[in-house]
Formats: sequence, structure tokens, C-alpha cells
Amino acid sequence: MARLSSSQPQPNPPVELIGERADLNDEPSGTLGRALIEALQLLASGDRALLDILGLTLEVSLAALLIAAVIGLPLGATLGLTNRLPLRGLVRAVLYTGMGLPPVVVGLFVYLLLSRAGPFGELDWLFTVRAMVAAQTILALPLVVGLTWAAVESVDPELRPQLLALGATRGQIAATILREARAGVLAAIAAAFGAAVSEVGAVMLVGGNIEGQTRVLTTAIVLETRRGRFALACALGLVLLLVSFVINLALLRAGERRTPAHAD
Amino acid sequence: MPIDPVLKLTDLQRRYAGRLVVDVPGLEIRGGELLAIVGPSGSGKSTLLRLLGGLETPDQGRIFYRDRPTVPPLPLAIRRETTMVFQHPRLLSRSVSDNVGIGLRLRGIGRDAAKTRIDAMLKQVGLEALAEAPAQRLSGGEKQRVALARALVFEPTVLLLDEPTANLDPHNVSLIEDLISRERRQRPLTIVLVTHNVFQARRLADRCALLLGGRLVEVSDTESFFQSPADARVTAFVRGEMVY
Repeated sequence: MARLSSSQPQPNPPVELIGERADLNDEPSGTLGRALIEALQLLASGDRALLDILGLTLEVSLAALLIAAVIGLPLGATLGLTNRLPLRGLVRAVLYTGMGLPPVVVGLFVYLLLSRAGPFGELDWLFTVRAMVAAQTILALPLVVGLTWAAVESVDPELRPQLLALGATRGQIAATILREARAGVLAAIAAAFGAAVSEVGAVMLVGGNIEGQTRVLTTAIVLETRRGRFALACALGLVLLLVSFVINLALLRAGERRTPAHAD
Repeated sequence: MPIDPVLKLTDLQRRYAGRLVVDVPGLEIRGGELLAIVGPSGSGKSTLLRLLGGLETPDQGRIFYRDRPTVPPLPLAIRRETTMVFQHPRLLSRSVSDNVGIGLRLRGIGRDAAKTRIDAMLKQVGLEALAEAPAQRLSGGEKQRVALARALVFEPTVLLLDEPTANLDPHNVSLIEDLISRERRQRPLTIVLVTHNVFQARRLADRCALLLGGRLVEVSDTESFFQSPADARVTAFVRGEMVY
């Protein structure tokens, strides 16, 4: 059975080893079928290292999502509710570019900011979970803001005078419109979580993929693929998909609970 | 019926891009009356109504609410005594009862107290069977009944109706008109109804006003408005002979 735990630290094998060590390496062909079995075995065995990696993956991505949501939802809603926004097109273009930021570029940027010579070097965050959360927050934030903005903007603009006529305060109007846009807001949250949990470039650079400390599912997949353990890498990939699926399912459930039941 | 003016306009003007769309030197709306404002499309009826509801700010002039001059944005307490039903009901994508209760929730009325009032109101508008249905799935007539119910449920002092039946079939028009009449019999409610339908004005209103090019041509009791109007333009309009 494949195991991620190791009593001794395993250095990254050189690339040329792939295929040479029959006990560790798989043939890429035919591994997809085995991956599912291996993933189930890994989960069922309660592999300590896997659980640590899974836990850290959720910790980093959910923390980044929380920070991005706390900042991004009010900001996106405000942008969506503002009629006269100077340089609206430019702001939107910048934001939409941010939605497609290459993670490795964000990683490099955060790395430079946090490196000893960088402006935030004194924080000593590099190669820690905090650096990883910071990088994923930067990746998630434009998605939360941009998609919330679009969702709020798509709500019928005539709803505002109607709510005003029904006696709503400004705050109540904003809250009601945000709730009307809930499907889009939920999509913003889901997209931001997806971007955070699936990226590898940023966490690899600023976290360093240190076993037991900053290794998450995506960086573990890169490592196991380099080691030639394709079935294990696929199994980790399946775990990642499963985690993403469960989180999205939970998000949708939370959204549905606030939606009225259908009549028919 | 109380006669004191609930709403009074003085020297009211509103311009769009320099063009004068409302120009009313004076108008008093009496407590408990139903005043119908008729006029062709683009005559400024809806703008006048939005000014009365505090949804627009006049460029000049004042609106008095029970002799208190109001300066937009209107104080919340005054705004919450007035409400408006629009031509197109803008319903929330929630259940029918949630939509009817929105005004109560905005006023911080507790869930239980609200439910009693919502249920009673749904019964009044004949939608109790659809209470939990998604509002977006209702027919046009049902939606407008929800819009009327959510305006009446918090018992406003002034109800502003902007062409509330313009998109409805005759059956639904008469349902809405019956609801308005029934509500007026139950409690003192001041209504300003904007309509291009002179027959509706004649059926419902205590007084009628003709608005042309943003100006009031004549305001008089419904009977004299239709039987013996002072202005020839009123005669032409009510007979459908006006060319505009």
C-alpha cells in the first residue's frame, strides 16, 4: 500500500530517477484506475501525513477565502451599488485582470515582499503558513470582488426605488440586494475557493513545500509526480477534487437554505 | 372623512436635462381621499408621484407632509408612512409570503406578529394558497396583487399608485380595483392614483386632476371633472379626442 508517511525525510529524487526504481515508480499508463483504489486506501488507512496535508490545505485555503470574503463582499457590493464610479471601466479591467493572475507571479511577488531584503521581511513569514494564506488571499480577492460586483449589478436596478418606497434604509437596501444576488455571490465564493485550493505556483514559492509544515495537496502532487509515484499523485489529485466537491456542496446547501422551496 | 391636507405641494418644479417636466404651483391632497392624476404618456404624472414619494428631489418648491415641510431625503419616519406601487411589480426572488412581509421586516416587526398580518393580507388578496410559492412564478395579475398586499400590510397613511393595472387583463384590473376600494372602506387611507385610464379614474376617484406637459390643467370632483369640466382640454381628454 502506498504511504506518504516516512520516518526519515525523503529528499526530492533527481528527475533522472523516474522509471529506474521499480519499487517506487509506476508506469504512467494504467495509473488512473489504480489511483482511485489507492486514494481510498490512503483515506481508509488514515495515513497521518495525508491527514496533515489535507488539514493544512483546508486551513490555508479556507483562511484565505475568509479574509478575501470579509474584504471582498462589502467591496464588491459597494461597487455594484455605486451609480457614479469614476473610471469604472478601468477599475473593472484591473479587477478582471486580477481574476486571472498567474499564481506563480503572485507567489514571486509575495516572495519578494516577504524575503529578508523585502519591505515585510521583518515579519519572518516566508516559508510559513501565513505567507501561503497571504498569497492565496491575493489570488482569491479579485474573484470575490469582481464576481460580487457583477452579481449585484445584475439585480434589477428598479428594485432600489421599490425598496426605498417600502421604507428601507440604505443599509437595508444593500443587504436585500446582496441577498437577491446570492446565486452570483455564491459563485464568487466558490470560484475564489477553487482558485485558492487548486493553485500550486504561489504556495510552492512562498511555502517551500516543507513536509509537515507547509506541504499542501497541490505541492504534494508535484512532488510525488517528480518522484515518479504517479498512482499516489493521482490519488492525491482525487482527494483534492473530493475536498473541493464537498466544500462546494456545502456552499450550495447553505445557499439553498435561504431560497424558498419550489411550488411544483 | 378627514379633510386636512395630508400632502401639500407649493411651487414644485422638476427638470430633466433642462426641460421642465413637472411644474405645479400648488396642490393639496386631502386625508382619506383618492385623487386620480390622469394625462397622456410623458405628461409628468409618474415624476409627480415619485416626487410625492420622496424618490426624486424637486429642483424647486416644497412638499409638506401634514404641514411639516420636508426636505429630501425625506426622514425615514415620514417615508415609512408613505408607500408606492409601481406599474411593474418588482418582487424579490423569495416566497410570496416573504415578499408580502418585506415592509414589516424592514420596520423590525417580529416574526410571529408579522406572520399573523401577512396571513390575513394574503387571504384578503386571495393568494393564501400560494403563500409559500416562489413569487417569480406567479402570473402578472398575481404579482401585482402581491405588490399591493406588501404595500397595504404595514398600513401606510398614504398610498401612491403608479399605473398599477396598466399591464393587466380586465379580470385582474377589477380584482385590484376591488382591493383598493375594500381597503378604503376599512380604514382612512389617502391614495394618489396615476393612470392614463380615464374610466378607472372615474370608477375609483373622489377627485381627478389632468396633467398636461407637467402642468395641472384642472383639479375637481370626479363628477364635475367628467360631467362639466371647466377646461376644454379636460373635455377633449376624457372623450379621447385629445391629439398629443
